[in-house]
Amino acid sequence: MKNVIYTITSNEKLTENVFKMVLSGDTSAVTASGQFINIQLAGHYLRRPISIFDCNDNELSIIYKVVGVGTEQMSKMKAGEQLDCLVGLGNGFDLSVSGDKPVVIGGGVGVPPMFYLAKKLIAEGKSVTAILGFNKADEIFCKEDFEAIGAKVIVATADGSVGVKGFVTDALKDVDYTYFYTCGPEPMLKAVYNNSSTSGQLSFEERMGCGFGACMGCSCKTKYGNKRICKDGPVLVKEEIIW
Amino acid sequence: MVNTKVNLSGLVLDNPVIPASGTFGFGYEFAELYDINILGSFSFKGTTKDPRFGNPTPRIAECYSGMINSVGLQNPGVDKVISEELPKLKKCFNKPVVANISGFSLDEYVYTCEKIDKEEQVGIIEVNISCPNVHGGGMSFGTSAESAADVTKAVKSVTTKPVYIKLSPNVTDIVSIAKACEEAGADGISMINTLMGMRIDLKTKKPVVANKSGGYSGPAIFPVAVSMVYKVYEAVNIPIIGMGGISTAENVIEMMLAGATAIEVGAANLIDPFACKKIIENLPVAMAKYGINDLNDIIGGAH
Repeated sequence: MKNVIYTITSNEKLTENVFKMVLSGDTSAVTASGQFINIQLAGHYLRRPISIFDCNDNELSIIYKVVGVGTEQMSKMKAGEQLDCLVGLGNGFDLSVSGDKPVVIGGGVGVPPMFYLAKKLIAEGKSVTAILGFNKADEIFCKEDFEAIGAKVIVATADGSVGVKGFVTDALKDVDYTYFYTCGPEPMLKAVYNNSSTSGQLSFEERMGCGFGACMGCSCKTKYGNKRICKDGPVLVKEEIIW
Repeated sequence: MVNTKVNLSGLVLDNPVIPASGTFGFGYEFAELYDINILGSFSFKGTTKDPRFGNPTPRIAECYSGMINSVGLQNPGVDKVISEELPKLKKCFNKPVVANISGFSLDEYVYTCEKIDKEEQVGIIEVNISCPNVHGGGMSFGTSAESAADVTKAVKSVTTKPVYIKLSPNVTDIVSIAKACEEAGADGISMINTLMGMRIDLKTKKPVVANKSGGYSGPAIFPVAVSMVYKVYEAVNIPIIGMGGISTAENVIEMMLAGATAIEVGAANLIDPFACKKIIENLPVAMAKYGINDLNDIIGGAH
């Protein structure tokens, strides 16, 4: 973990309430896909944890949905402004167990961490299928990003306006995969857990205090003992989860 | 050269800055970030007789200038703390620590304090009396002078290290409780624990934290803490570890002027893991600014 002051390079609107922010600065603390950063915002006491969408040597980007006063404030920030962040938080995904044909499954704002993961898997020569779930056509984002890195993209929309009609699990039925990775709302994670034919890794959300393992604010019980979503997670393996 | 050394019941601290229990784990998360031996001491995660998972999540809610937590004393239990956590702590911290102990009955306090007292690295035992008394109808031990004194006496009878009783501010008269602890043999007072608070989510129209209420901490409660320390300082002759929203070196000086001999930093550690380091580094600067050569000269200076 590092405390880094980033400079905002861009902050663009992707859909009605989803934004992409690019931050330039030291990214050396990021050691895995699926990790997150914890952002300090003027006038708010607690930081905001947001997963990493993409990362290189001197830039990282996040995609966030406006859900409250903090993210609304972020959406109004301009290029050139600075953000105080704790970086390199969380365990991230383990790529070593993916097999040749992993599937990455993202739902809504669970999609962004799947991108950095897919990019890394493809760089290792894996054949990646990306299932991206949204409610409706105008909420879709990042589809082109996954296509650009060579993932096979399947979009599922709840209203059927684009791609497979239904949930990500409806699309998963027809995919041949060796392992799964997923992030999204908890009902979706549970559905993937119940409808997947292989082992996999699931990334969870919880209200956090510190984001780095000190306060025990985001603990959960697993078959492998108590874990802190922020430090021992957010990624848990399928076999340890207790619903 | 200014003097930041203070003395808590014979234990000399290089400076008065002590991370508060529950905001610093057992130290090693922070030891990855900086050498935590610069701290005066630190108060480790609240420990109970048996392992506890704590309360359901969500356990955290944001507030104006602070936060609510309802962690509920999650800890691995005193035996595992001794066998697993303290050896790890010793590798990253070589000074005496403050052992923060909680219990749900007198027997639990006695059991846990007696065990922790035998640990070499424990310099002070800080007894949290804010938990509900399962044998006393669920009322917190800390809400009556009588039960606070009972815990103090029971713990003192089985320990050799200085015992500091950590008081709850959620009472009608904290001064009478502090006096009762002193009369029962407490070596010092730690104060204040968190204030009871609640946030309600306007979208769900329900409390944000699963346990409904939790403990409010952060800069918002600092004036409350200063006022309570000020009043207790006038009533007792034992040292006070002051806490509640301390976030800066200036806050440290203010709390000591109110009557604290040392201070604890809580919520600030969670939003800035370097908070204690910054406070310690800024302390001599702030002392110089306000013409203070020796921190011992200002303890209770506002009276």
